[in-house]
Formats: sequence, C-alpha cells, structure tokens
Amino acid sequence: MLNIRNLHASVEGKRILNGLNLEVKSGEVHAIMGPNGSGKSTLAQVLAGREAFEVTEGSVDWDGVDLLAMPTEERARAGLFLAFQYPVEIPGVSNAYFLKAAVNAIRRQRGLDEYDAMDFLARVKAEMKAVGMKEEFLYRSVNEGFSGGEKKRNEILQMALLEPRLAVLDETDSGLDIDALKIVAEGVNRLRSPERSMIVITHYQRLLDYIVPDQVHVLSEGRVVRSGGRELALELEEHGYGWIKTEPAPAAAGAQGARP
Amino acid sequence: MNAQTSTLDPKLDPAPAPASSDDAIGAFLQQEYTAGFETVMESDSLPKGLSEDVIRQISARKGEPEFLLEWRLESYRRWLTMTPPKWAAVQFPPIDFQDIVYYSAPKSKKDGPKSLDEVDPELLRTFEKLGVPLHERARLAGVAVDAVFDSVSVATTFKKELGEHGIIFCSFSEAVKTHPELVRKYLGTVVPPADNFYSALNSAVFSDGSFVFIPKGVKCPMELSTYFRINARDTGQFERTLIIAEEGASVSYLEGCTAPMRDENQLHAAVVELIALDDAKIKYSTVQNWYPGDKDGVGGIYNFVTKRGDCRGARSHISWTQVETGSAITWKYPSVILRGDDSVGDFYSVALTNHRQQADTGTKMIHMGRNTRSTILSKGISAGRGSNTFRGLVKVTPRAEGARNYTQCDSLLVGDRCAAHTFPTIEVRHPSAHVEHEATTSRIGEDQLFYAMQRGISAEDAVSMIVNGFCREVFKELPMEFAVEAQKLLGVSLEGSVG
Ligand SMILES: Nc1ncnc2c1ncn2[C@@H]1O[C@H](COP(=O)(O)OP(=O)(O)OP(=O)(O)O)[C@@H](O)[C@H]1O
Ligand SMILES: [Mg+2]
Repeated sequence: MLNIRNLHASVEGKRILNGLNLEVKSGEVHAIMGPNGSGKSTLAQVLAGREAFEVTEGSVDWDGVDLLAMPTEERARAGLFLAFQYPVEIPGVSNAYFLKAAVNAIRRQRGLDEYDAMDFLARVKAEMKAVGMKEEFLYRSVNEGFSGGEKKRNEILQMALLEPRLAVLDETDSGLDIDALKIVAEGVNRLRSPERSMIVITHYQRLLDYIVPDQVHVLSEGRVVRSGGRELALELEEHGYGWIKTEPAPAAAGAQGARP
Repeated sequence: MNAQTSTLDPKLDPAPAPASSDDAIGAFLQQEYTAGFETVMESDSLPKGLSEDVIRQISARKGEPEFLLEWRLESYRRWLTMTPPKWAAVQFPPIDFQDIVYYSAPKSKKDGPKSLDEVDPELLRTFEKLGVPLHERARLAGVAVDAVFDSVSVATTFKKELGEHGIIFCSFSEAVKTHPELVRKYLGTVVPPADNFYSALNSAVFSDGSFVFIPKGVKCPMELSTYFRINARDTGQFERTLIIAEEGASVSYLEGCTAPMRDENQLHAAVVELIALDDAKIKYSTVQNWYPGDKDGVGGIYNFVTKRGDCRGARSHISWTQVETGSAITWKYPSVILRGDDSVGDFYSVALTNHRQQADTGTKMIHMGRNTRSTILSKGISAGRGSNTFRGLVKVTPRAEGARNYTQCDSLLVGDRCAAHTFPTIEVRHPSAHVEHEATTSRIGEDQLFYAMQRGISAEDAVSMIVNGFCREVFKELPMEFAVEAQKLLGVSLEGSVG
C-alpha cells in the first residue's frame, strides 16, 4: 500500500504541494479531482520520480519502502506506472521497440525470462486488440503523430503490458470519445486486483461511472481538502469546486482515508 | 523501422542507475574511451622530421620502383608550396610537421608474416582486447582481413580464395612489388597529389594501406575488411588505399579502426581512391573509433582524410557509408565524381561528437555525366561540448543533363552545450537538374528520457535507443556485422549513447 504523508514539493522555487496526505491500500482505486493547477499532475510526477520537482518535506512509503529514495526507473521496475497526461513523442524509435524494451526491463526485475521478438509480438498484439489499437501503431514512432485519443490508448496498452502494482492515471479520460472511454475503463477494470492499487486523476465524474472508485479526493492548492465516496464526485459535478474552497479545509484528517 | 531494429541490440554495459534524467545524461557523457591501452613492441622507425632524404629512405626501405620515388618527391615539392587549409570549423594548435615520425615498422618481422601464426602474439592480443579476434572473425564471418598495424601490413587471410577469382587484395606495399603496372596506372588519378595540403603530404610519405583490384565481370565473393590501428608513439599514419573495380565488377570493402590512449595528438592523413569502370559497383563502409582525447580534448587523433571515388564508367555506382565516432578532430569529405553517364553516387554518414570533439565532415557530389544520380544522407549527433559541422557540395556541370540529387541532413543534440552546423552548397549549371535538400535539427529532451525511465528503461538505453533510431537509415546501409558494431560504438562513445 501507498502512504503519502505531509508531502511538500516545489518546482523552480514555486511551492505546489503543501502538506499532502493520502493513503491507498492494496486493491483500492482512488480518484483524485480538483481544479486546474491544483497540483494533481505534480503529485503524479513526484510519485514517478521526476527530478524537476523537488520534495522539500514529507514522506512516501510504498509497501515499507521509501519511494522517494528510489531512482525513477527502479520505481517503474518495482511496478509503479504513470499514464501521462501528455504522453511524450519519441521520433525515430518504433513503438514496438520501445514497448519491448520496457516490458523486458520489468520482466528482468521480476526474475522472469525476457521476451524474444516472437513472444513479445504475440503478447502485444493481443493487448492491442483489447484496447482497440491497430497493429500499424507498433511500427510507428512512439506517440509521434498519434491523435490525442491514440496517445491515451497507447498509455493504457503500456499499462496492460507492464502489469503495474501501482498505477497512476493522469487524465487518461481527457480527449477520449465515449467508446475509447469505455475501453480505457475496461483496461483499468481488467487490471483491478487485490494486489494492485490505482490512482485515477480526472475532471469528469463520468469516468467514475465505469471505474468505480473506493474513494474520491479533492485536491486544492496542493492539499487534499476533501475525501469521500463516489457521491463526492457527483456533488462536485453539480456544484463545481467553489463550495469546497469556502469550507474550512478538513485536509489531513479527512484524507487519512477511513473507508467510505 | 521495424524489422531492422529488432535485430540490432541497443543494450549497453550496465551502469549505475542514475537518479535523474539530467544526471543520467551527464553520467552518460562522462564515460571514457575503453580502447585506451598501448601495445609494447619494438619499432624500427626513422627519426622525426621530413625531408627529401627521409622520403628516399622510406622508399628504399620499402624497396619501391623508381617511378614511385619520383612521384613521392614530386608530391613533396608540391607540398612545400602549400599551406594547411583554414576554412574548416575546427580549432587546434598548429602542427609541427618536423616533429612527426614518418616511418615505423614492427621490427620483429622485416619481411612480414606469411600467416597468422607468424604474427607477433602481442599484436594479436591487442586485436583481442579490441574485440577483433582476427582468425575467429575471419572464419566466422567469412571476411578477408588485411590488418594494418603501424605502417606495415601484418596479416592477410583468404588470399587464396580471392586469387582464384583473379582478385587482388593485399597491402599497398605488396601491390607495388607484385603489380606495379596497376599501381602506376591508377595511383593519383582520383586524388592528384596536389589536390590539397594533406593529400600532398600523404603522397610524399604514405606508409602503407590496402590495394584491391577486382577484374572485369567479377563479383567479389566476400566482404573485404581492414583494421587500422595507430600504435607507435608520435607516429603519424599516412595510409594509402586504392580500389579498382573493372567493367561489371563489384566489391564491398569495410574499414574499421580504433587506437590506444596516448598523450600527444596524432596526425592521421589518409588518402583513399576508388575507381569504378562501366557497370562496376564499389561499396566502401567505415566505422571509425580513434581515440577522441580525454574529457578536455587532450591527446586525441587528428584525422584529416581525403576520400574520393571516381565513377569513371557508365552506370557505375560508388557508395560511401561511414560511422564516425572517434578522433579529436575529423576533417573528411568522401566524395564521388559522377563522370560516367547514368552513374550513381551515395553518401551515408553518422558523425558523433562528444566532450570536446570536433567534426567537420560531409561530401561532394560532382555530376559530370548525363542522368547521374546522387544521394546524401547525413546524421550528425552532438553531445557534451562536441561540435559537428556538415559541409555538402552538389555540383552539376553543364554536360550533366538530367542530373538528380537528394540531400537530407539531420542533426541531433544531446544536452545543451553542443553545437551543430550545416553548410550546403549547390552549384547547378544545367537547367534540367533536379536538386532537393532537407535539413532538421532536434534535441533529446528531458521529457523523453523521463518518459522512457518511467517505463523502466535506463537513461543510457533511452539515449541509445533514440540515437540509434535517428541513425537507422544509415545503419541500414552497413553490412550486418558492421551495423551491430556501429551500434555498440555509438553506445560506448556516448557513454556512450545510439541502438
Ligand atoms: N515546470 C514548472 N514550472 C513552473 N510551474 C509549474 C511547472 N510545472 C507545474 N507548474 C505549476 O504548478 C501548478 C500545478 O500544476 P499541475 O500540472 O500539477 O496541475 P494539475 O492539477 O494537474 O492541473 P490540470 O488539471 O490543469 O492538469 C500549476 O500552477 C503549474 O503552472
Ligand atoms: Mg494535470
């Protein structure tokens, strides 16, 4: 399980996370909502280990390990996956090549045999079918020239291939048509299991119709200001974020995550 | 972009896992040259300095015919009237040409070994360290190897099989003895001694190199390969290579090199001449990994090379492919003179500079015949404080009706202290000519590395992957085992970062 305590982080001297607390138990799916600029992506990137974000205070315990002390790629190899809000294009590197390198890096870590080209192709083609991606995407450069929705599917494809223990999905639903949304949700739901935890960042409660979260948290100015069950998302949908700001922040206490 | 990649292994030696992608780029770029060692062998060298007397001694020691001595002396006299070129975008202290040893030969084998068994074991070990187990390589890959160690060829294999086809593949010195008429007929006909300062110097003092002759109608049954190596201290290397493909003949020639670490800069000024008669094809591939100097650029090789191919016959085809990762300074423009009608010239190049390396490289395509075609594909990678300049000349003469050229010139920057420059020159004197030029510049971004690392891929592998992807179109042109070697080399050179 993941235990984030009093997390402070800044970028270029600007404070973005201000004492964030969050606990996600194994097998749980937590949704994070919050206005633009409240720090949702920052949280995601800090968890994944992006250097530009400096952690100034606080701790993140992941199954007894100090997550913040681990190098980026080791976090990934240990099973942390981030579906990027803005997936990055890597011209000249084929998606197939990239995916195979990623899968094998993680299989090595888990003490499994590396896939050879044949094994890998069989596996990736099956997963692509499941997320509705044409095979041609294997042979195109990573995310280069992909449409917004295609990039998001490619993130879900990677998540399915890498079978993470902790998945953070940063607005994977944004820019998706309704069919793609269902595919993404299915992808997430297929991975749901007692050993896996997920953090789903979204602006739309609609996604939560398909991925039913155990808890919903609202982030504002770098802190969790409200936590609750699925109904919290509906409330937000109805009233917007304005009403949260007017209330005294229950922050830490509320976020310590008694289950709904 | 699919099939090729899976056969090329981008893996690099494991390195400590860096915490951040920025650090990772840094650590990566700090990697040092792994081929830095020196073989202890006795050298039979002339004293430093250059004069007519030194040239006479070189010629005498090699037992050369009179015409060659005269040719050398004439070249020397021309050289004395010339000055080093200043136009290249490279910087280095002036070279003292009197402080260079112009001849050295392994002492133990004055007459040269007849087989690998006769080769100095120390030398063989040197090749081993470089991952070039000669006999193994030769046997497994079916490659005939002509190794140049210092200035004298020490091993030649597969001669017999080649001889059955009438192919001559031997050291230049040997060719001078056994086929003086061929040497006399073709030497200097593509690169005249006075072509430039360094070609004049080379013509005066060249030590050895390779000679290849493929007779009419013969397709060389194996790839021909040479490993060059600079070893004796303060020894400039002045190789001379001459490759002739007669009517309808074809050959693929591979050149690869690496040098031990040393303190003083070493001058290397080779001349390579290729001659293709009617319907002949010559493919010349180079992987160059000479010592680039330390992180501050001290001690690297100066590589000032003149390489030129002459498509003398109709429908002939000359193709240059090069992967350049070594040397402190590289000054090199493999060119093709498209003299025969319907002849074809290609130039495929990857040039990588790291730390303080400087490369000023490119090509010239001179269209003289009708319907001649040329392709230029240049990939420049700059990392650290490296500087990479591409210079391309496409010239279409008034006779070259229907000439076509396609040039693509791409630069990739790793980090933000390196530089890339492109200087294309196009001179078209025939209205029907068709010349196209494309250029791009891109940078490996921190966001790309973070993305890859978030997928469990190390920064080294990510850089390597991106660089190799960038170079793929050129690697495709290399013979298979060379392509693999080239990938490794880019890895080591960015550490080593391209797969
Ligand atoms: N590299 C950076 N330099 C400066 N400011 C940054 C940087 N990265 C993020 N920020 C700022 O940090 C704040 C939080 O950004 P973040 O991306 O975490 O918001 P978010 O909650 O994900 O918003 P959205 O819903 O729009 O995706 C924003 O004000 C943003 O401008
Ligand atoms: Mg965001």
